Order: sequence, then structure tokens, then C-alpha cells
Amino acid sequence: MRSKIIPFVFVAALAATTLTSCAGASTNAALDPNADLTKETLVVSNWADYYPETLAADFEAATGIKITIVNHATNEEVMGKLTTGADSGIDVAFVSGQYAQALNEAGLLQPMEKSMIPNEKNLYTEATTLGYDVGNNYSMPYAWGTTGICYRSDLVPTAPTSWNDLLNPAPELVGKTTMLSTERWMALPALKAMGMSVNSTNPDDLAQVKTQLLTTKKTLLAFDDTTFYSKLVSGESVMAEAWDGWCNYGIAEDPNIKFVVPSEGSDLWVDTMTVLKTSKNKEAAMAFVNYILSAETQGWVASNILYKVPNAAAMKLVDPAVLAAYPNMNMTAADLLKQESVIDLGSFSPEYTKLATEVAAG
Amino acid sequence: MARQPASSIARKRAVQKWAGVPFLAPGSFMLIVFVLAPLILILGYSFFQRGRFGGVVFTFSFDNFARLIDPLYVNVIMTSIGMGFVVTLLALALGYPTALAIVRLPPKWRTIALVAVLLPFWTNFLVRTYAWILLLNNAGWINQALQGLGIIHDPLTMLYTPQAVAIGLLYMYLPLMILPLYSSLASQDAQLVEAATNLGASPWRVFRTVTFPMSIPGVLTGCVFVFVPAMSNFVIPELLGGGKTVLIGNLIRDQFLKARDWPFGAALALVLTVLLIALLVAQQWASRRVTEGPKEKKVTSRA
Repeated sequence: MRSKIIPFVFVAALAATTLTSCAGASTNAALDPNADLTKETLVVSNWADYYPETLAADFEAATGIKITIVNHATNEEVMGKLTTGADSGIDVAFVSGQYAQALNEAGLLQPMEKSMIPNEKNLYTEATTLGYDVGNNYSMPYAWGTTGICYRSDLVPTAPTSWNDLLNPAPELVGKTTMLSTERWMALPALKAMGMSVNSTNPDDLAQVKTQLLTTKKTLLAFDDTTFYSKLVSGESVMAEAWDGWCNYGIAEDPNIKFVVPSEGSDLWVDTMTVLKTSKNKEAAMAFVNYILSAETQGWVASNILYKVPNAAAMKLVDPAVLAAYPNMNMTAADLLKQESVIDLGSFSPEYTKLATEVAAG
Repeated sequence: MARQPASSIARKRAVQKWAGVPFLAPGSFMLIVFVLAPLILILGYSFFQRGRFGGVVFTFSFDNFARLIDPLYVNVIMTSIGMGFVVTLLALALGYPTALAIVRLPPKWRTIALVAVLLPFWTNFLVRTYAWILLLNNAGWINQALQGLGIIHDPLTMLYTPQAVAIGLLYMYLPLMILPLYSSLASQDAQLVEAATNLGASPWRVFRTVTFPMSIPGVLTGCVFVFVPAMSNFVIPELLGGGKTVLIGNLIRDQFLKARDWPFGAALALVLTVLLIALLVAQQWASRRVTEGPKEKKVTSRA
């Protein structure tokens, strides 16, 4: 027995040392308010096409801080970089609220140095009460919104009002609807339709969701996270579970596309900015967060990327024509707060992945 | 004649034995760093556990392998094998006549035909996959054409089905079937076919008893080349299957990029690796058996 185990233990130990050697020490020194920021350089990771194209140049011109912006495609991708390496080289990471929560609980985030972020005052008061980080102690909200139904008002017989209109579509809509495939959002419509929490950790709830989704799957054109709006534009689909900002991309191409938050309610998702503990440029990182929270920068984001921002001063700068063209941009902070904030489910989250696999493979 | 001392011969032999090392080093380095080390990492990871927020917790357990027996994952693995099997058979059915036709072309046209087989590889494969979406979707070219001609009234549902995934995979990997078949058919001695024909065999009989048996190693290589990537591709099932068909590749990708469950992803990847090694061994064995005939029992002559 033993002789068989020894080679294995060796391999495991080898793997373990390779892996743990990555988990380096974190620099925990207090921030220096008098630091010479121009000597610091920043690496920021954000979603592609989710920030002004000239952001790097503008920020450098305004502050003298050299900055490199790298892109990630998904939360999970940047989480992979942040949770497995020692110093990922990233100073500021844009992640959704529930991931900021997970990063903080893993001890990876630098608390926000409020004295260096005076622009925090621009935020709606509602934006300081978000479930994943009440008081914005280790994250600052960047953009927020909700999930609803994006539909072709000219091609559906009656406008949808309930998640059930999507989950159990009218016979003439069978094969013409899509749903999101990312696990938490795949489960959301069924959870809400049955009056459950989007953060449910009850296995019975998920079992019921699974039954519903396996029925729904037969009526779907596809599960689609990234191109559902172009399917709506082409008329391939007429109704899609959609994030509000992405539905706006469809509305931009066809004004017949409309967005509705179903009566059973939905989620409140927030994309946030976080500063990593491993950063050696924390003062510059705080200056960057502050720069983003200025009315001009986030105002540009809202006007051009068509996502709502939790920044009252910035929303005031949005052209009324934009607000008229994209009605969901008018949702107020109070409207959004009525929805349920998505939080990280820790050790229960693999259950959602399993559910998504069961539905996709079922 | 002076006899060389035994020690000198031994030394020479030793020198000869190690003389090849400098030439082997780059290859071995590549293999160790890019094949062996990642494999060891995967093996190591597969015995650990997911942390509460992702990452890896170094507690040893067999949980990941126990999870593999879950009907859900067994089902996905069987679907993948089935998909690989169907795509391989179709590729063989299409690829063999193509390879045979290319071999029988005049040499000048052969080169052109081979370039044509490879040409799609010069385009990004996402672009090629999106082309299938344009062709197959409900408002796509094929449906428009059929409706325009009055052959069908309602659009046919072709995209976002397992069949669409099979077509996409077949299209993607067909060249990997044609090329080994071509090289095995092209290297055959044309005189054998001539001899068989002279002796009165019909073309079908020549094919059945001469050409095909000699091309079996090429067939086996082509089958492995197509089967392995077809069953583990994750992009095509997602784009052409509309997220409704899950292959083992999707499962592994999801564990790493969505569930942040690296240990279970590693265990799944290990299944694929073991399957691949088993296939390669089987292919080697079958190929040798075909070319050399069944192994004769060796009689040991040493007393």
C-alpha cells in the first residue's frame, strides 16, 4: 500500500508547492496622502467596450498617472487572475458586486480610502446601501441595472408582463424566445416567477426551478448571453431574457424593441470598481476610482454605453433625447432598489452551476 | 594487433550513449514543460477541492472522481462520445472518396486540390462558424431560398440543434480526415492495383482487397484526429447548438471559467486525457496488427 501512495504524495506535494508559491505576501501599509502620484503607474482591468475609448489618455492628462487598461470578457476570467496568482499585476479590477464581496471575504481587497475619493458624494444615497457591500467599504459602484424581458413589440401578440410569459410562452411564440445561460440569470426568471429569492440557497427551490426550466427549454430558440439582441433585430427571436443595458443595443437598431421588468420583480446587479491589496500604487488607484466617479466620466458612460450609473450628478448630464429613446435609462435609483441585490452564495454557488449544466444537458 | 583495453571500450560506449543528449534536450524540454508538467498539475488539482469563493483548497479527497459518476456527467460524456462517433463516421464517409479522388488527379491538380482542402484553415474559425449561423438560421439564406422557391411555407428549424453542431464539427475537422487518408493512399504502390487488375479483379474487388486494406492505418489516424477534437470542442456546441447541447469540452470550460471549480474541471480534463491515451494506444495496436498481421507466438531459444 505505502509504496503506491508515496509517488502520489510526491506529486501532490509538488503541485501544492507550485500552487502555494503563488500566494504571496500582501503589502498592507497605510496609504500615504502625500505620495507623488506621477511616480505611480496603474493597471486596470475592465470589460471591453465598457469605458470611454480615450479613458487612459484623458486620465493621464488629468492626473499625470501612467495607466494601462486591460480587458476581461467575464467576471470569472478576471477572478481567475485575481484568486490564483500572487500579484496579478492588476491594481484596479472592475467586477460585479457579488464578486467584489467574494474577493473581500477572501481578504484580497484594499478598503476604499474615502478621504481620497471626494467624488463619492456624487453617488445616489441608495447606492451606498447595496447588499454585497453596504457603505461601499471595499468597492465603488460603476454601473447598475436589472434583468427583464426584451421583446419585439411589433411581433408579439401581447406585451409580456410576467416571467411566465417567457417561461411558458404562448404557442405562437414557441421556438422564438431566448434565455440567458449564465447560471444565476438562467435560474432568475423561474425563481422570481415562483416567488423565491434570486439568492435562494434552498435545494428544493432549485429542484423546482430545474423542472420548470427543462419544460421551458423545449420552447426556447437558444440560451444566449451575448447575441440575443441581434436575434431580436433579425426577427429570429421575438422575446428574450435580457440585461437592460444590452437590450438598449437592440433598441438602438430597432425602436420596436422594448424592455420590461416583469411584475414578479427581478434582480439588481451592480458592476463595481475594486482596489487590490497587492497593488503597489494604491494612492493612484484611489485617484482613479475618484476620477471615474466624476460626473463627466460616468456621464459619458451612461450616455454612450447606455448603462445606468449610480451617480446622480452624472445622470443629470445625460441628454434627454437619450433618455427618451431608451426608456429603461429613466429607472430611478428607488426603482432599482426595489429589486433584489445579487450576492455571492459562496459554497452553494456550485449548485447553480450544476443546475445550469443539468438544464443545458437535459 | 594491440587489443584495446576493456575500460576504453566501455568509455567509448558511454560517450556514444550520451552523445545524443544535446540534440534531444530541446524536444525533451518542450515535452516536460508543456506536456508533462501541466499533466502533473491537472492530476494534482483533481484531488483537491474548490474553495468557498473559487480557488483551490489543498485538502485531499476523491470527491471530484465520485462526482464524475453522477448520471448528469456520465450522460454528458456519453453524448460527447456519441457526437464524436457520428462526426467521425460522416467525416470518413465524405473524406475517403475525396482523398481517393485527389490521389487519382494529375499531379498538378493534386496540389491545387490539397490547397483547397486546407484553404478554410486560413480563415478564423469563428468567422467560419458564424457563416453557418447565417446559412442555417430561421431567417437565414437556406430558409429564405426554400421559402422563395415555394418548397416550404414555415422556416425549417436547423440552427440550435444537435444536428447543427454535428454539421459544424464535421465541416471543421473534415480536413483532418482527408489529409492522413491522402498521404496513406498516395504512398501506395500503383503497381499493386495494376497487378490485381491484370489478374482479372473488378475495380470494386481491387478496392476491397488491395486499396482499402492498405489504407487502414490512414483511416485509423484520420478517425483519431477527428474524434478527439470533435468530442471536446466547446465553441461550436455553444454557437451552433444555442447552449442546448453540452459536450465534455463545455463542461470543462464551465468549471474553469464559470463555476471557478478548478479541481473538478481538472478531474474532467483527466477523463478526456485518459480517453485520448486509450484511443492512441488502440490506434497504434490496430494499425500494427493490420500492417504486420497478428503477432506470432515468440519461441524463446535461450536455454
